[in-house]
Order: sequence, then structure tokens, then C-alpha cells
Amino acid sequence: MDKNEVKIVIAKRVSKEFKDGDVVNLGIGLPTMVANYLSPDIDVILQSENGFVGLGPAAEAGQEKKYIVNAGGQPVTIKSGGAFFDSAMSFTIIRGGHVDATVLGALQVDQEGNLANWKIPGKMVPGMGGAMDLVVGAKKVIVAMEHTAKGAPKILKKCSLPLTAVQQVDLIITEMGVMEITPQGIVLKEIHPEFTVDDIKAATEADIIVAEDLKPMEI
Amino acid sequence: MNKIVSIEEAVTHIRDGMTVMVGGFLGCGSPHKLIDALVEKGVKDLTLICNDTAFPDAGVGKMVVNKQFKKIITSHIGTNPETGRQMNEKETEVNLVPQGSLAEKIRAGGAGLGGILTPTGVGTEVEEGKEKMVLDGKTYLLELPLKADVALIFGHKVDTKGNILYQGAERNFNPLMATAADIVIVEAEQTVAVGELDPNEVMTPGIFVNYIVGGDK
Repeated sequence: MDKNEVKIVIAKRVSKEFKDGDVVNLGIGLPTMVANYLSPDIDVILQSENGFVGLGPAAEAGQEKKYIVNAGGQPVTIKSGGAFFDSAMSFTIIRGGHVDATVLGALQVDQEGNLANWKIPGKMVPGMGGAMDLVVGAKKVIVAMEHTAKGAPKILKKCSLPLTAVQQVDLIITEMGVMEITPQGIVLKEIHPEFTVDDIKAATEADIIVAEDLKPMEI
Repeated sequence: MNKIVSIEEAVTHIRDGMTVMVGGFLGCGSPHKLIDALVEKGVKDLTLICNDTAFPDAGVGKMVVNKQFKKIITSHIGTNPETGRQMNEKETEVNLVPQGSLAEKIRAGGAGLGGILTPTGVGTEVEEGKEKMVLDGKTYLLELPLKADVALIFGHKVDTKGNILYQGAERNFNPLMATAADIVIVEAEQTVAVGELDPNEVMTPGIFVNYIVGGDK
């Protein structure tokens, strides 16, 4: 798989996690791609933390409106039936448990469900934006990322970077497979046909528990 | 009372050393004309409270590049490398706050609350120096209110009493900041006569607004 195929595999698999009527927040970057693969048979309501629900596709050239942008500042659209609101309402929705799922990238995630994605001390300090609230408040936290950073494991026994939140991650979806965080540790539930369990173990620092009913990754 | 003033007059209310809230999210819904006037005026040693520091060539990011802040309270600086540079070189103090906590701290400031309790940031660097409380078995951080000397906000339609209608995602922090500063200056995209805004549509009541600028389409 090349870089682009990796992203598509991850985005397609994440898109299978939602059901009709779910309120979902997609992070900037790879998570945003998930919107391209949502089933037309279900209505998934996308929340944009800068202040609306009903986030639609990117605005077409010439149709951009300065007052409709996503949380990354890109011109987007709002679907009919959507709603705009202020930042307190936006985070009432997020922190108050009214978001069914949030999809974010990670620098590191560990087998206790801890997440690090906002700071590399001394190198990169973009700030947490809305990530800390999203991870604490959403009913389900899905980490969508490449399995390793240029071969170096990102799924660890214990995060070493500053945390975004403690024990909030529910699911990790990478190009290699689908992993669930459980009280016993990380359970590999699905595996991409191009990889073996040994490949995944070699690319993961955390201990991997292989599910008894391990399935091929649903893409 | 007449609230409509020129931009030149409006910026006389912002002086060195003040704390200033600026509405907008990556510049969307920021008062760009007021920001340009403040860049020109060169007022300095300000404390900024804003969701993010936008871009070097847009929004409050221009004031960062112009080195007008001694302290910045914000949730995100990743789109403006100059903010990061000033933070790393210790030229500017940067206090990063989770976005939802920032919104609630401002709301608390405007609503007369002594603070808010949030689960966000528990177990992270954000909890350092903050009081923790356990209620019903769940841990919360006490986040204290934020207030400012001046709030600079942006409205789509503003009537001459200062009632504001926001458009789209430009609302963001604007209505919260309108409640939490001693002086509130709204930059209007369009100024309309009293009566032209349906009271049902008003998102920020005019009683919060001291001065209105702009309004020419």
C-alpha cells in the first residue's frame, strides 16, 4: 500500500463504525476523509467544533462562503437541516456527551487507552484546540492513524508524550487492523489481509491480544 | 445614546497593557478592520484572549507578528508559526487552554460565576496548578473565569442599539466575549436601523455593546 492507499483503507474502515442518526466529529486531516466513504443509506450528522452540525462536503470552487468553514478553516458547506451555534453550545454538545463518536489522529496511544496528540515538547506545540474536550466528552473515541510513524511504533505500552486524555480511547483503526481497548489490554479484532498477526505484533510496542474470532478487516 | 464611532475613535479605547478578547476562529468571524487599525496604532504589551492565533497574515495573527502581545491565552497556535517561535524564545507567554474550557471560562466571566468544573484536562498538563474536585466519584478541574478590559467582536447585522445577528460559523466566541469585557466594540458587516432586526433573531442583546464600527458594505 502506498501512503494514499493506507489513508483510504483507514478512512473506509472508520466509516463503517456509524449508524443512522449518529452525531460524529471528524478531526482535521485523515479523519476528515471518512466523510467521503459514509454509506448513503444512513444519515450521519457531522459536528464541526467551530460551531455547527450538518457539515457537508468541501465548497465547490466559486461557491465558497467566508462564514462557512470547518475547524481547519477550509470552505465547506452546511446541509439543509443543519444548525449554527456559538462555541459554548458547540462544547456543550461535545463535552456533554451528545457526540456519539469522535475520530482523531494520534502521535501515540497506549494499551490503557491514553492518547497523546497535542504536543511534542521542544519541537511542536500546536495546542490542544478542541481535542481534550472531544476525547473526554464523546461516547466513543476512535483513533484513526497509520500504524507506525515511519516504522516506529505509535501504539505503546505507555505514552511518553504529554497526554491529551487519560483512558478515553475505545478503538484504534490503522491500515493493519482494528484494535479495541479493553480492561485486559489491546484486542486485535480485525486484520487487513495484506498483513499477518506477527506483522502487527512487530509494528506494535503494546501487547496484542488476538481475538478468538479474528476477522478480515471490513473495507 | 449614539454607539456608532469611527474605527480611529474606537481604537483609542485600547491602550498598552490591557487585556483584550478578540472573537473569531482561524479568522472566521474576527473583526478584521479593528485588527488592522490596532496593527497600525501599534498598541503593545497586551494580553490576548482568543480561540487561536490565526495565521501570520490574517486575523489576530497579524498582531502576533507585530509583537503586540506580552501574553496569549488561547487553545491553538499551530497555524501561526510566529506564535510558537515567540513562545519558544520566551518573548511571549502562551497559556494553552482546551477550547471548551476557554469558552466556559469566558462565559463564566460574563455570567458572574466564580468558575466552572470540567472533566477536560484531568490527568494532563492542563491540570497543573489547578484545584481538583471529586463529585459523585468523578474528577473535575476548577477553571476560573476570564474577563477583559475590551472585547473586539464581529457581527453580520448590527442595529444602532448594538443588537447583533451573527452569520454562519462566524458566531463562535463572539457572543461569549460580548458579555465578559468592560468595553465591547463590535465591528459590523452591515449596520441597520433599529427595528430592522426581529428581536427573535437577536443573538447578542445590544445592552452588552458600547461601540459599533464599520457597517459600510
